[in-house]
Amino acid sequence: MAQAAAVAKPPAPPRRRRASATPRRLPYLLIAPAALLMLGFIAYPVISVFYYSLQDYNPTKPWRNGFAGFDNFVHAFTEDPVFWDTLVFSAKWVVVEVGLQLLFGLALALIVNQTFAGRALGRALVFSPWAVSGVLTSAIWVLLYNSQTGITRYLADVGIGSYGTSWLSDTGTVFPAAIVADLWRGVPFFAILILADLQSVSKDLYEAAEVDGAGRIKQFWHITLPHLKDAIVLSTLLRAVWEFNNVDLLYTLTGGGPAGETTTLPLYIANTSVDAHDFGYASALTTVAFVILLFCSIVYLRLSKFGGESK
Amino acid sequence: MSTTKEAPVVPAPRRTRPEPQRPAGRHRGWDEVPRWQIYLPLSVYLVFTLIPFYWILLFALRPAGSTSLVPWPMTFDHFEKVWTEREFGTYFQNSVLVGLATLVLTTIVALAGGYALARFDFKVKRGFMLALLCSQFVPGALLLVPLFEIFAELRMINSLGSVILAETVFQLPLSMILISNFIKNVPYSLEEAAWVDGCNRFTAFRVIVLPLLRPGLIAVGSFAFVHSWNHFLFALMFLNNQAKQTIPVGLNTLMSADSVDLGALAAGGIIAAVPVVLVFAFIQKWLITGFSAGAVKG
Repeated sequence: MAQAAAVAKPPAPPRRRRASATPRRLPYLLIAPAALLMLGFIAYPVISVFYYSLQDYNPTKPWRNGFAGFDNFVHAFTEDPVFWDTLVFSAKWVVVEVGLQLLFGLALALIVNQTFAGRALGRALVFSPWAVSGVLTSAIWVLLYNSQTGITRYLADVGIGSYGTSWLSDTGTVFPAAIVADLWRGVPFFAILILADLQSVSKDLYEAAEVDGAGRIKQFWHITLPHLKDAIVLSTLLRAVWEFNNVDLLYTLTGGGPAGETTTLPLYIANTSVDAHDFGYASALTTVAFVILLFCSIVYLRLSKFGGESK
Repeated sequence: MSTTKEAPVVPAPRRTRPEPQRPAGRHRGWDEVPRWQIYLPLSVYLVFTLIPFYWILLFALRPAGSTSLVPWPMTFDHFEKVWTEREFGTYFQNSVLVGLATLVLTTIVALAGGYALARFDFKVKRGFMLALLCSQFVPGALLLVPLFEIFAELRMINSLGSVILAETVFQLPLSMILISNFIKNVPYSLEEAAWVDGCNRFTAFRVIVLPLLRPGLIAVGSFAFVHSWNHFLFALMFLNNQAKQTIPVGLNTLMSADSVDLGALAAGGIIAAVPVVLVFAFIQKWLITGFSAGAVKG
């Protein structure tokens, strides 16, 4: 998102003093509600997660609660194979999912950026899944993948696909099945972002390239892609973080199963806290997730040049 | 923009494929993509997009047990069942309440903060912007435990207020960035002119800036509504009382039941989708603008 850079470097606001000059306190008053809410419900919880990560804390087993030092972390890294599995799956999920979303999103954006009959309708239709929520996406694909009445059954009727297996409960098929379900909703997101940026490419550049005899492929590599670079890098990173964090889809689609095959780290955290009430351990896992995300944030801020020249 | 060689913009004979003259002023390179290269991939993608929608309609409208691929004879039994027996009527009300309250709260708080960011230079501004940006990386899901504690302390567990507050807070950073960008697009001189005419800052803002901000506010408000309508984990965690639940939690319950009632699930899904579809139909023209104006989170 090239715009993120604009956020980083706001144009210097006018400093002229005038009769109706505002009290110095006004900007602070204006950001106070937002700042207070974010302090109370984001900053403070983040700090308490760090605190809890050093505690044994389980409301259902109060007799064991107390200071635990780094036991939770030691347990995660040395004794908990599930933790490592979730890390590996998280990486696999994010890389495959975001990679495919970018690829298809770019292609889709290039297509609907053309002028053709029925473009408005075409855009509206292919973008429509973007509005659909994680849980609703799950509901839809649960229906599609159902072994008795889903699309699989009809595929089997015409000779493709295996009859009677539910793609979501088979360890061999659950990964691609979940990927496809999330692609359905994620590709339009990328396509919309890229389309927004495509529209700002100057047409003159193409005309000039054409005069030079550059074909469409060349034009794409030398004009379109460089122009989109910033937007692509930043939206991919944001999307990667978002796909990593988001638990709605997998929580409801597979619940992390079968056999933990689709459990991301955040999903494991949610399960550990919501179902097992092991708040201390969940907090330690959250801390690990934070470290990973912090690393991503630093990369993001670097790329968006937030640390760069200030006004 | 930097990579192309500077070329004289002189209409030169085109090398590829001679074609009938097109209206002047239209760029040609990508415009002359063969039609099939547009329609073929688009149709394939359209099929992929629409089959799931068709499927959910099919299950919602055909009688239980039917395997027909057309929803005929049509029945609305599933809708009636989820609405009354499965409490979707109640969930719907709760979701509307949460969505509207989040919309109003987010818009007001973000409007104040966004104005400060757009129009003032103040000490903690850079730090505050950095905090906004960083908070995009803090997932609500990971903060469930402390948030639960806080709401327990505030005696807000099982009250919709907890979900409204949580949704608002996590919607705020993005909304504020968007709104401040929208405000920056309104020339400051307009406001100054109003002061000269005797308006105070607030009146000038209300009379001059606010009307121009309407598209931006609609986009931001709609995003807030849609997000809180769709989001699931906060409601699942903070609302234990079934009568207080929201639509996504209701859908999850339908999915995780021992024997999934597919007709009810499909009908519930459609009920969940209707408000979102309406909102998007309404804001469509502002969608791309809204996106162009700032960083975006899906």
